[in-house]
Amino acid sequence: MAYAAGVDVGSTQTKAIILDENRQIVSRALIDTGANVVLAAENAYAEALKNGDIREEEVQYVVGTGYGRYKVTFGDTQITEISCHGRGSVHMFPGTRTVVDMGGQDTKAIRVNAKGEILDFCMNDKCAAGTGRFLGAAAAALEIPLVELGPTALRADKPVKISTTCTVFAESEVISWLGKGKKIEDILLGVHQSIVSRSMGLMRRVGIENEVTFTGGVALNVGVVEVLNEALGFRVNVGAESHYMGALGAALFAMDRILSRRVPAGAARAEDLS
Amino acid sequence: MIHTAGIDVGSTYTKAVVLSEDDRIVGRGLVNTGFKLAEAGGRALAKALEQAGLAQDDLAYVASTGYGRFQVPFRNVNATDLTAAAHGTRFFFPKTLTVLDVGGQTMKASRLDGAGKVKSFRLNDKCAAGTGAFLEKTARYMGFTTEEIGPLVATSKEVVPISGVCAVFAESEVINCLSQGYAPADIMHGAIVSLVDRSVQLMKRVQVEPEVTLIGGILRFETMAGVVREKLKMAVNVPEGDLVQYTSALGAALLARQRFYRVGEQDVPAELTLAA
Repeated sequence: MAYAAGVDVGSTQTKAIILDENRQIVSRALIDTGANVVLAAENAYAEALKNGDIREEEVQYVVGTGYGRYKVTFGDTQITEISCHGRGSVHMFPGTRTVVDMGGQDTKAIRVNAKGEILDFCMNDKCAAGTGRFLGAAAAALEIPLVELGPTALRADKPVKISTTCTVFAESEVISWLGKGKKIEDILLGVHQSIVSRSMGLMRRVGIENEVTFTGGVALNVGVVEVLNEALGFRVNVGAESHYMGALGAALFAMDRILSRRVPAGAARAEDLS
Repeated sequence: MIHTAGIDVGSTYTKAVVLSEDDRIVGRGLVNTGFKLAEAGGRALAKALEQAGLAQDDLAYVASTGYGRFQVPFRNVNATDLTAAAHGTRFFFPKTLTVLDVGGQTMKASRLDGAGKVKSFRLNDKCAAGTGAFLEKTARYMGFTTEEIGPLVATSKEVVPISGVCAVFAESEVINCLSQGYAPADIMHGAIVSLVDRSVQLMKRVQVEPEVTLIGGILRFETMAGVVREKLKMAVNVPEGDLVQYTSALGAALLARQRFYRVGEQDVPAELTLAA
């Protein structure tokens, strides 16, 4: 059995996925990227190998993606995370036509065709507003763990309108709302609405077409998912793979390379017939 | 002797100045603003009064300015940041026509006319990239406090280019630079250069005309003024030492005095705005 791997080195977390020849996920790993990007890629890959009990020589092709894709020193090639999220999303949810990827430091809206090829995309490349970091700043200001953000926000009844754009200023704004006696739930829902409204803006620029698949680490946040569903008027696709979608797409491209190098079993006879 | 006070409630620090009738700054106070804006003004003024050896009752008039100016309960009048900055700046440098004010969360460039009135201005208030917060964050990512920025940059030998488009993205950039072996002093220097680039763009939009005066807490770092001089290719004024941080508070105290003498006149505006 040949295996293919995808390693997605994000600004905040590094993800690795290993696929078998049937394009089934056999192993995955997730670690914090930290300061040493090369090491993060190596560690995530090593952990995925270990989790799947796979030897390195069994993996015939490795694709690096994400902002640190060129630091995947053991990778056979690199593919942009935009292509990988598109490919991964259409693989998991074949009806996907729009992908919204919300990561630690960037948010992307991607329009894809039925094959998962990219038709258009846009992203925040100059500013961290509307990214996972915006939620991180609010979590830090309110001193609550990231995983509790979404559930807490969903208990709100009167969301606060967050007026700042900048992630840095959001932290002070959150504190000042607390000072004015607003409830944590209401402030948090406001924060969630703020990042969703920015991602809606990006999605409108590429054109929103149902189905929408939500990928990236922020997809784990039920609050963002709910607010996004409400803003769109229909439900987005979210799954256990959402966080790993970039790595999955990379691994799918890697498997394509492995399979295309092989001479198909019936190839010789097909040539005879022609 | 008549005394007036100016209180500048900024996003990060609140500054108070007590001014005597004969133009002497007799008391200064600085506190962290925190999130209780109403208290910050009182705390800063108490410090300034203590230094002046005065009580609040001795003050003839109090003007507030800054983003929290409406939260100072004991103010007699409030003035916009730009008006206060213009007055404070002209007190130190009467020929000033262009003012750059870099605060914790905003950067403001304004053009004054010959009489010191604000003719036009530009703000950077939606993004931390051009503000003190950008430098504070950059320093913090490297394990330095705000107060250590000045001494740190003084040891810099070269400038590491920092893109400076976003205070959050600066974190990854700084980490990358550190892992490539660049010295924190040089990275910090790069952050200052990128901040100055933004401020020069902002000043160009109001059309720079000499004399140029720089104010705001960030100007405590001497490197900053040096880089502005270099980029603008002209001389710039900077109020001496810590005073640079109190310029707007001083401007408010001056406006308070002006207003005190006009009390009783007709049609005195409720807020001292751009035209005041």
